[in-house]
Amino acid sequence: MPMITYREALHQALREEMTRDERVFIFGEDVVAYGGAYGVTSGLVKDFGEKRVMDTPIAEMGIAGAAVGAAMGGLRPVAELMTINFALLASDAIINHAAKVLHMFGGQMSVPAVFRMVGGGGAQLAATHSQSLEPLFAHVPGLKVVLPATPADAKGLLKSAIRDDDPVLFIEHALLYRVKGEVPEGEYLTPLGKSEVKRQGKDVTIVAYSKMTLVALEAADRLSQEGIEAEVVDLRTLRPLDMDPVLASVKKTNRAVTVEEAWRTYGIGAEVASRIQEEAFDYLDAPIARVAGVEVPLPYAKNLEQAAIPDANRVIEAVKQIFSRAAA
Amino acid sequence: MEASTVAKLTGSGLDKKTLLRFLHQMLLMRKFEDKAAELYARGKIAGFLHLYNGQEASAVGAISTLAEHDLLTTHYRDHGYAIARGMDLNRCMAELLGKATGVAKGRGGSMHFFDATVGMLGGWAIVAGHMPLAVGLGFASNYLGKGQVVLCIFGDGATNNGYFHEALNMAKLWKVPVVFLCENNLYGMGTAVHRASATTEMVRKAAPYDIPAERVDGMDVLAVREATQRAVDHARRGDGPYFLEVVTYRFRGHSMADPILYRDKAEVEEWKQRDPIVIFRQRLEQEGLLSAQEMERIERETDELVAEAVRFAEESPDPPLTDLYEDIYANP
Repeated sequence: MPMITYREALHQALREEMTRDERVFIFGEDVVAYGGAYGVTSGLVKDFGEKRVMDTPIAEMGIAGAAVGAAMGGLRPVAELMTINFALLASDAIINHAAKVLHMFGGQMSVPAVFRMVGGGGAQLAATHSQSLEPLFAHVPGLKVVLPATPADAKGLLKSAIRDDDPVLFIEHALLYRVKGEVPEGEYLTPLGKSEVKRQGKDVTIVAYSKMTLVALEAADRLSQEGIEAEVVDLRTLRPLDMDPVLASVKKTNRAVTVEEAWRTYGIGAEVASRIQEEAFDYLDAPIARVAGVEVPLPYAKNLEQAAIPDANRVIEAVKQIFSRAAA
Repeated sequence: MEASTVAKLTGSGLDKKTLLRFLHQMLLMRKFEDKAAELYARGKIAGFLHLYNGQEASAVGAISTLAEHDLLTTHYRDHGYAIARGMDLNRCMAELLGKATGVAKGRGGSMHFFDATVGMLGGWAIVAGHMPLAVGLGFASNYLGKGQVVLCIFGDGATNNGYFHEALNMAKLWKVPVVFLCENNLYGMGTAVHRASATTEMVRKAAPYDIPAERVDGMDVLAVREATQRAVDHARRGDGPYFLEVVTYRFRGHSMADPILYRDKAEVEEWKQRDPIVIFRQRLEQEGLLSAQEMERIERETDELVAEAVRFAEESPDPPLTDLYEDIYANP
């Protein structure tokens, strides 16, 4: 299988879907000449023209609202909001409208729009450009929230998102664009709403998503050297949340650690831990541990920022604590 | 054809049948709203209920210019638009009563009327939130070559919102076939226009976006129609968006929960002298286009339609509880 970057995988997904379906078009901030803030749409305008790759004003309310309207009008918009931090401005159109149309209007119309954006920190962009706000959106019925961790998933999930008839928030991680991975050749789709075991193990289940999946895998490799075999489950889609692989894993390992870059309180780990105790309580040998972002606005200074974002050391520490507690 | 059926109101160019239909629609709206108010007082309708009394000429005049395949998006005071667009009156009333037969299966209520089969795409209750949606719909029409014009109706309050400015800017930039129709009824809920808007003439707010605009008497159904026709023609020709300020007045409160403490009774009475239904009726009578018998027939027909709508709504079943979980996702 060819090794390509996360960015290239996303680019391929857009290119293939635009080739397949005339109704798919891209519009958003700096997607044409600039090629997207992270270069994903670079060169697309050359092949598809300005009708299908369009710059917008820096006006997130308007972009998201127009995407909802265009989707209701029969198109398949891929709206680029640049970053999830700016999606807060678009959140009315996304939460009050995109997520409501199908149910509130009696099932007459759906909103097949994809909202692409970058999330996460670690690039020293300070508090307003580094957030992991996906729990806000994952809270809302009617939305689908997707965060790929690998190039293969980035491509397969984006293609599925574009074909899906519901509004999808597609959240890419700022630090993953240059990461390479194996991507199958030719046409393939990765289904939305399916978690995946990324590493097999028998001793503890680590549940993660987006860049934290890679952190969990690194932690699992190092734990393996110490004789602990961790199973890593990548949620991939936060809503709808597929707990089946998580529960199956916990029933095997009897221990679980959740890892997320978002803040801990009311976070994804809280939801996953709650679901595990509701559905697999009798299988647990230890309390579930949560590793999450430190609850502060993300600072600029490198050492402070690094201290706020979970890394493999913190995951390993959490796993070891579980084992020491279980042994006690 | 009888001579009377082709007679035209001076200067309007419209035949008698069309003119009487306008009167019929306006009266139907008024009676529908009065009945809704009564049912609200009796506890049959709940939630927020924003009534359209006084503004009927705007809906009837403007929507009469749309072609069958055109689209309409409106704010939440939406019963009048639904009626003007030909939505089923029985199902509209059923929606107000929260019944399974309602236009949104009882899920949307008063503020969220919707019927895709006649191009009435909501009924939106976040002030100005539907304005970029209209831009998106217009964009899709251009992209797919559908030739649809999108009529987007909102109130004066919406013009102070960021959505308004982003939508107008994009509409002009992308030359979408959207007619922005601002019903200026002089109050955003209970706040007078001059207390909320830096300019009290909404028509001036189109100028920064280089969108042609005009201000029209919203109590005159034919004036509204004439201006909207110009706007729709402009959009249909591919010349881009157009802006109309329709100056009108709402006779009732903002919603049924409104004690109306913010305006003088004298002001309300003054505007009621300009009741669009009374004015239009008198004009038709003066020109010999409306006989006493014809007026009686219109009164009777509109009464019957409203009575039938209430009967239908009351006899309709509540939505089944299983419906709670339906239509959350198109691809669950």
